[in-house]
Amino acid sequence: MTPILIPTPLRAYTGKQDTVQVAGATIGEALADLTAKFGDLRAHLFTGDGKLRSFVNVYVNDEDIRYLQKEATPLKAGDTISIVPSVAGGSASAEAAADTAGAAAPARSAELTPDDIKRYSRHLILPEVGIDGQQKLKAASVLCIGAGGLGSPAALYLAAAGVGRLGIVDFDAVDVSNLQRQILHGTADVGRSKLQSAKDRLLAINPELEVDTYETALTSKNALDLFKDYDVILDGTDNFPTRYLVNDACVLLGKPNAYGSIFRFEGQASVFAVPGGPCYRCLYPEPPPPGLVPSCAEGGVLGVLPGVIGTIQATEAIKLILGTGQPLVGRLLLYDAFNMKFRELKLRRDPECPVCGDHPTVKALIDYDQFCGVAPAAPGAIAETTVAELKARIDRGDRLFILDVREPNEFQICRIAGSTLIPLGELPRRLSELPQGADAPEIVVHCKMGGRSAKAVRTLTENGFTRVQNLKGGILEWIDKVDPTQSKY
Amino acid sequence: MIYIQQGTSVQLSARATATIRRHGAAAYPYECCGALIGRQADGFVEIVEATELENVTEEGPRRRFRVSPTDYRQSEARARELGAELLGFYHSHPDHPAQPSQYDLDHAWPNFSYVIVAVANGEAGDLRSWRLRPDRSAFDEESIA
Repeated sequence: MTPILIPTPLRAYTGKQDTVQVAGATIGEALADLTAKFGDLRAHLFTGDGKLRSFVNVYVNDEDIRYLQKEATPLKAGDTISIVPSVAGGSASAEAAADTAGAAAPARSAELTPDDIKRYSRHLILPEVGIDGQQKLKAASVLCIGAGGLGSPAALYLAAAGVGRLGIVDFDAVDVSNLQRQILHGTADVGRSKLQSAKDRLLAINPELEVDTYETALTSKNALDLFKDYDVILDGTDNFPTRYLVNDACVLLGKPNAYGSIFRFEGQASVFAVPGGPCYRCLYPEPPPPGLVPSCAEGGVLGVLPGVIGTIQATEAIKLILGTGQPLVGRLLLYDAFNMKFRELKLRRDPECPVCGDHPTVKALIDYDQFCGVAPAAPGAIAETTVAELKARIDRGDRLFILDVREPNEFQICRIAGSTLIPLGELPRRLSELPQGADAPEIVVHCKMGGRSAKAVRTLTENGFTRVQNLKGGILEWIDKVDPTQSKY
Repeated sequence: MIYIQQGTSVQLSARATATIRRHGAAAYPYECCGALIGRQADGFVEIVEATELENVTEEGPRRRFRVSPTDYRQSEARARELGAELLGFYHSHPDHPAQPSQYDLDHAWPNFSYVIVAVANGEAGDLRSWRLRPDRSAFDEESIA
């Protein structure tokens, strides 16, 4: 059996499956088996006389079958078939893989002590590491941006592996909700600075490690100064302005960026800004609009996921320092924990890239909050109420319709008594469930912290609802100030 | 023949609309193209982001566009990174109405929104959205909210 990856528009015909197992010794047979299983696919993949449509690209692993033996291309164990839509037809062009040259050259040198020889013996007997490699690690420095989900496993393994100097940039304190994934920190560390907690933990693993901590937000003003003394930058950020900032600073300084990102059950990793290779902007030239991507607090994340992605980042940092192996340059690794799948996309440097292209237009760091459109909401843009006012009105017996726009699993954890749940994504088609008319009660909308409910208030206002208020601070503030008997999350 | 399909409506963010119009005007007299990313639930499509893509057609960009498989795969990856979905593609019709052509129909994928912006003399005008019928016989227009 061979897996076929189904693209988004065709998943409606495969019962929403993104991968289907098919039988066949060739591509032709595999596609025949696919359309035998899912008949509705046939019209979209084949013309009336049974030929593969010109705008359907079929890949075996990373090769377009047009450049192999077309539908007669034989399949072997371990192959993966991908159907990749060519929107508006035409033929595929083979893209050049990015140049994978360029190891980070450690600036310092360091002799190994007898203790080092014992500690790193399992490295030393690897011919690809050996004494030389271990000395490179000892002489090297890595800067971790963030001591959170990704930074935790990355820093732990880098410290254990014998990297000589680790820098960490963070300004948060440890919260109990971090502990589900941020394994640098323990229950006893709740309330402490993440940097102090991280430093203690890293030195417990490796007392020879030099740890530099920077209790500051990374900004356009301090990034270049912070980065310049490190060999590799490890991006463990959780927001887009900082991600673009890290990328641009790495390109400007010529420092490799071991990148990772996580969301719910899925993660991505790559190495950016190696000279000749692509950067984050080649992949994603524009930031997403504010509000599209839920924060970790709103979207959730599987605790073990950053463990996988963060250790991949650490692996790449170590390989860059050693100058060995095949770095994840020009490749984007996609990891799906839910279905336990790894996939890989080829990336190439964009000659038109504003930062790393042939004629760069970004030659200094810019205002990344502005670039990402993250600006504080205009005051008074939507009507707001406070939890204290809401409580007083409930106690007075005012007629109110309390609308909760969170997800059902959040509603299970805590709720305001008498509220009605309609998740934000379902709101536009469930407007009829809301009270309407001249004598309808006022609607008070809330979510976890106030972000999603503000969007909901706008949606309602645009749809003609006039008496709508957003609950400032959401249910978290409600629990803090009104009903501390409920659990926060 | 073309009618508005019951229950299918597209909400385009102001930012996505601005991107499509600007891209269409900038590419004039050639066709531009890009990916549409956002969320959907039964019969309701919310497009939050429009991402400009390169038109790699080899048949003359005055009347044709094509998105490369690499860009397609990156668009799906982008949607994943955002925890969203790839919902379709937009393109421009220079000096031509915002209605799909036979060529558009021949090359269309199901379950995607195809947003077309008409660009006349370099100015973006009419913007409409279309969806292929499951039997590939025609496009249905989607109402834009």
